[in-house]
Amino acid sequence: MMQIPCPWCGPRNATEFRHHGPHAPRPDPATASAEEWRRYLYLRPNPYGPVEETWYHAAGCRRFVSVIRDTFTNATQWSEGGPR
Amino acid sequence: MKKRPVVKKGQTGDSGAWRASPGRSRGTPRPRYSALRLVSKGFTQGDWAKVWRQHDVEPRYDVVIIGGGLHGLATAYYLAAYHGVRKIAVLDKGYLGGGGSGRNTAIVRSNYLTPEGVRFYDRSLKLYENLAGELNFNVMFSQRGHLTLAHNDGGLRTMRWRAEVNKTQGVDSEVIDPDEIKKLVPSMDTSDRTRYPILGALYHPPGGIIRHDAVVWGYARAAAGLGVHLHQDTEVTGIDVHHGRVTGVRTTRGNISTATVVNCTAGWSTLISEMAGVEMPVTTSPLQAAVTEPVKPFLDTVVVSGSLHVYVSQTDRGELVFGASVDPFTSYSVRGSLEFVEGLASNVLKLMPGLSKMRLLRQWSGLCDMTPDYSPIIGPTPVGGFFVDVGWGTYGFKAGPVAGEAMAECIVSDRSPEIIADFGLDRFRSGRLVGEKGAAAVGH
Ligand SMILES: Cc1cc2nc3c(=O)[nH]c(=O)nc-3n(C[C@H](O)[C@H](O)[C@H](O)COP(=O)(O)OP(=O)(O)OC[C@H]3O[C@@H](n4cnc5c(N)ncnc54)[C@H](O)[C@@H]3O)c2cc1C
Ligand SMILES: [Zn+2]
Repeated sequence: MMQIPCPWCGPRNATEFRHHGPHAPRPDPATASAEEWRRYLYLRPNPYGPVEETWYHAAGCRRFVSVIRDTFTNATQWSEGGPR
Repeated sequence: MKKRPVVKKGQTGDSGAWRASPGRSRGTPRPRYSALRLVSKGFTQGDWAKVWRQHDVEPRYDVVIIGGGLHGLATAYYLAAYHGVRKIAVLDKGYLGGGGSGRNTAIVRSNYLTPEGVRFYDRSLKLYENLAGELNFNVMFSQRGHLTLAHNDGGLRTMRWRAEVNKTQGVDSEVIDPDEIKKLVPSMDTSDRTRYPILGALYHPPGGIIRHDAVVWGYARAAAGLGVHLHQDTEVTGIDVHHGRVTGVRTTRGNISTATVVNCTAGWSTLISEMAGVEMPVTTSPLQAAVTEPVKPFLDTVVVSGSLHVYVSQTDRGELVFGASVDPFTSYSVRGSLEFVEGLASNVLKLMPGLSKMRLLRQWSGLCDMTPDYSPIIGPTPVGGFFVDVGWGTYGFKAGPVAGEAMAECIVSDRSPEIIADFGLDRFRSGRLVGEKGAAAVGH
């Protein structure tokens, strides 16, 4: 089974987590242009290979964790970027 | 007599040079298959002729289609058969039908949620009804009826909504109660003593299942018969764009110059579009399925339960085919998982407790190109000559014929025909999404 390295709980089964996808900072709705908002809403990177992304440890510590995952092998490793 | 699909001829203009002879009729694949030939072959024991052959990759094609799944092959077929386009290449990095087209659970239906969606998928269903004759290939389309169960008031409300939208588009679709469901599927637990009692179902009699490989092979054979070059083991590694227009494609078997490229690569489609510098709101997730050992026929209809995230049908061979929603994360891996089978088994048994002794034969997975609104992205892109036919998610097999037909017309006329006008890439700019999640998330 695919495992996610949680910095607080250690490696845990992926079924305990919710996938949030690659980091996507939310633009400020008050100042963002329509184009920025469109990109934020719809355009997500969909890379083949390593990607830095956020998972939520829903059935564990309930914290957001940052992980580097290879989208082809699903091998995961702890990301230096730290939690979101 | 079967009605031939009506394809409006595109405006000639600069694309006129493509046509060998405008309005040329569809070709008939040779040798023709028939019961008589089958019997005579049985006596002579002769080999069947190969239905498509290998070609060298030529340095120039009028149209290069990337992806040899159903969508790429259907587009090639309609271009060659109805628009007389002659030099067409279909490139696949693996084998024909090795992507989603050879891995799906082959459900065909048109009871969607939006009028745009219903119209579109119903055109495909009509093309499927006549496809065996059109391609001279038995595609084993079995219109056995399709049931989508509702286990709560919200679900029932969506079913009523869908039924009404379906009826306005002339699609046979209605909400039925548990007694009627029991008559259609005696093996299902329709009592109110279960964990998720069944309150009703959306019943769609023309829906059913088809032999997915036969559809792929039928289109491939017909396209090859019309002179289309099918290049397997040919991976696209780059796309050349100059001054906003496509000029060529680079492959592992050499470079091709062309002014028209069509991206039909489903789960891999963002990688291809990126090569042309086109961004798309598509992410790739695996979808898994499983079959049991074959048993005597007992299940006629296709049964889908959105609340239980599961669907089931019985093939002509007797195996039960199960499926579910996509895996809850993006990935290009097609490895199956134990979580999937466990979840599946427990949910199936809630519907049909009688299946508890059945054994699974195998499970597999395929890649799905998911869009934010669960509708496809078909048509031109900001790059001239670069077309996309993607975003097929978990529901694109049923759309192969209509997408191929519409894509072919879109390419020769260089504008989207009405049936796909609402599915353009530009809808994510205008905000006019075509929300089909309520009709496509579990029931593919
Ligand atoms: C388990 C499962 C069940 C499904 N059930 C249903 C269902 O019941 N009903 C339904 O309507 N739909 C269903 N679907 C969805 C359906 O299978 C797909 O939407 C459909 O097959 C997409 O067809 P396609 O021709 O666009 O892509 P594919 O068949 O995926 O073909 C894409 C091709 O592109 C090729 N390719 C990729 N990259 C390159 C490259 N760089 N160079 C050259 N070639 C390349 C691949 O090798 C592949 O053959 C299901 C899918 C799965 C996985
Ligand atoms: Zn944790």
